Amino acid sequence: MSILVYADHDNASLNAATLNTVTAATQIGGDVVVLVAGAGCAAVAEAAAKVNGVSKVLLADNALYANQLAENIGLLVAEVGKDYSHILASTTSNGKSFLPRVAALLDVAQISDIIKVESEDTFARPIYAGNAIATVQSSDAIKVISVRGTGFDAAAAEGGSAAVETVDIANDAAVSSFVNEEVVKSERPELTAASVIISGGRGMQNGENFKILEAVADKLGAAVGASRAAVDAGYVPNDMQVGQTGKIVAPDLYIAVGISGAIQHLAGMKDSKVIVAINKDEEAPIFQVADYGLVADLFEAVPALEKLI
Amino acid sequence: MKVLVAVKRVVDANVKVNVLADNTGVDLNNVKMAINPFCEIAVEEAIRLKEKGVATEIIAVCIGPKAAQEQLRTAMALGADRSILVETDAEVEPLGVAKALKAIADKEQPGLIIVGKQAIDGDNNQTGQMLSALAGYSQATFASEIVVDGDKATVTREIDGGLQTLSITLPAIVTTDLRLNEPRYASLPNIMKAKKKPMDITTADELGVDLAPRVKVLKVEPPAERAAGIIVESVEDLVDKLKNEAKAI
Repeated sequence: MSILVYADHDNASLNAATLNTVTAATQIGGDVVVLVAGAGCAAVAEAAAKVNGVSKVLLADNALYANQLAENIGLLVAEVGKDYSHILASTTSNGKSFLPRVAALLDVAQISDIIKVESEDTFARPIYAGNAIATVQSSDAIKVISVRGTGFDAAAAEGGSAAVETVDIANDAAVSSFVNEEVVKSERPELTAASVIISGGRGMQNGENFKILEAVADKLGAAVGASRAAVDAGYVPNDMQVGQTGKIVAPDLYIAVGISGAIQHLAGMKDSKVIVAINKDEEAPIFQVADYGLVADLFEAVPALEKLI
Repeated sequence: MKVLVAVKRVVDANVKVNVLADNTGVDLNNVKMAINPFCEIAVEEAIRLKEKGVATEIIAVCIGPKAAQEQLRTAMALGADRSILVETDAEVEPLGVAKALKAIADKEQPGLIIVGKQAIDGDNNQTGQMLSALAGYSQATFASEIVVDGDKATVTREIDGGLQTLSITLPAIVTTDLRLNEPRYASLPNIMKAKKKPMDITTADELGVDLAPRVKVLKVEPPAERAAGIIVESVEDLVDKLKNEAKAI
C-alpha cells in the first residue's frame, strides 16, 4: 500500500493540519508520500520532508498551482494519485474544494471528514452535524479520504529526512482565475491550531465588546472564536466562526462566553479537552457539555477572569 | 441563461436526530423532512438572478424518493419554473448524484448550476465539486456572493482565513455557503401556482446513470457523551479549578 497525502499550505509554510493527516496516513499503514503543489513552494516541500513518517515528497512547483485553483489541483492529484491505494487531504477549504474532483475523475467515492481509521478500508466519520458517527467501508480500488484534523494527533514536524522529487505535470483547466484574497492577519494563533480558545456568542451584544475576550486571549496565548449567532449578527467576521459550518476545533481549553450552545456550535467544539461556559442563563444548553460552568454576567466575569490569570 | 439548482430532501434542520437502537442508521420515522438548508439558499440565489434579469429559467432537480416531490413543489413555490425528479428509493451517494446531475446538465445546457455546499444529513460536501469535474464546468465552492457578467461570474468564497474572490467562466458550478443570502418564504398564492408547474419524473436507468453505492455503512452510533461538569460559584473558584484541578492554564 502507498498513500498520497496532499499538503495544505500557502506557498510559504506547511499548514499544521497536514501533520494530522500524515498521522491518519501512518495509521492506515504503508508508504506515506506527500505531494506539495504550488508556486515558489520549495520551502514547504523541505518542511514536509522533515515530518516524521513521510517517506517521500513530490514537489509540483508551477505558476498554475499558485492559488490552489481546484480545477488544476484536481487534475494534478488525480494523475499523480492513480498509482496509490489511498489519497488523503485535510478537511480545509482547499482540501474540501479539490478532493471530490479527484474522486470523480478516478470514478471512486470520497469518504469525507474521517475521525478514525479502523482498517485500510474502514473509517469512522461524523454525520448529522456530529449527532451520529458512521463507520463506513469503501469498496473502491483507490480510497479518496478527507481527514478531520481534530480526530488525529499531529505527526512530529521534525525527525524525518525524506527525499524531495520534482513532479513535472502542468495541467491547466483554464476555466477559472484568482482575483484576490482577504485573509485576516492576526498576532494570535489560528483557531484550528490554538491550544486555548475563547469564543463569544450573541451575548457579547456587539463586535466592540469582543475586546474583553481579546484581553483574556492575549494573556493565555489563545485564539478568539465566535458562534454562528455572533457572526450572523455581524459582530465579527465569518472566519472566526466555530461550529459545524465553521471551524471544527478541539483545543486543550475552550472558553465559551455568552454562547447558548446550539447543536451546530457544539458540533464544532465538543471534542475540546476542557470546556468552560460563562453565561447568565443557567438553562443554556452549553452547560450540559461544560466541565466548568459559571452562571454570571459576562461583562463582570470576563474582566475579573482577565485580572486573575 | 438557464439556471439549474439541485435540492435534497433531508431531515429538517431543527430536528434532533436519534440513532436507531440496532445501530443501522438514524431514526427517520415520523420525522419532519425539508429542503436541505444549503439547497434552499441555492434556490433563493437562482430566483434573485432571475429577478435581476440574469437567469431566464430556473430548473430544480432532485435525486431522491417519490416523497421528494414535496421538496420540488416547495422549490417551485419559491420561484423555480419547473422541476425534474430522478426517482430512486436507494440511499444515494454524492458520486451517483453528480452523475445524474451531469446527465441532466448535458440535456438542459444550463449556464450556471447552483448547489448547496453540503447536505445536513451526510455532511459529505462533495456533489458540486464532483459534478464540476465530470461536466468540465468551472467551480467556485462556499460562495458568499455571485455576480454574473456576460460569460463570466465573479464569486466571493468563504475560505479558512477569510474571503477569496475567483473569476470563473460559464458554464459554472457554484456551491452555496450560509451567508450567500437569506431565503424567502413561499407565499400561499405561489404554493397554489406551484401545483400547476411542470415536474418531469425520470429514473437513473433512463438517464443511463449508475447510482450503486460504493461505500457500505457498517454501523451508526451516537457520539461519545461528555461527562457532566460542575457549576462553579465565582470567577475565583473557576480560576482555581482551571489551575489546580484541570491544569488547563
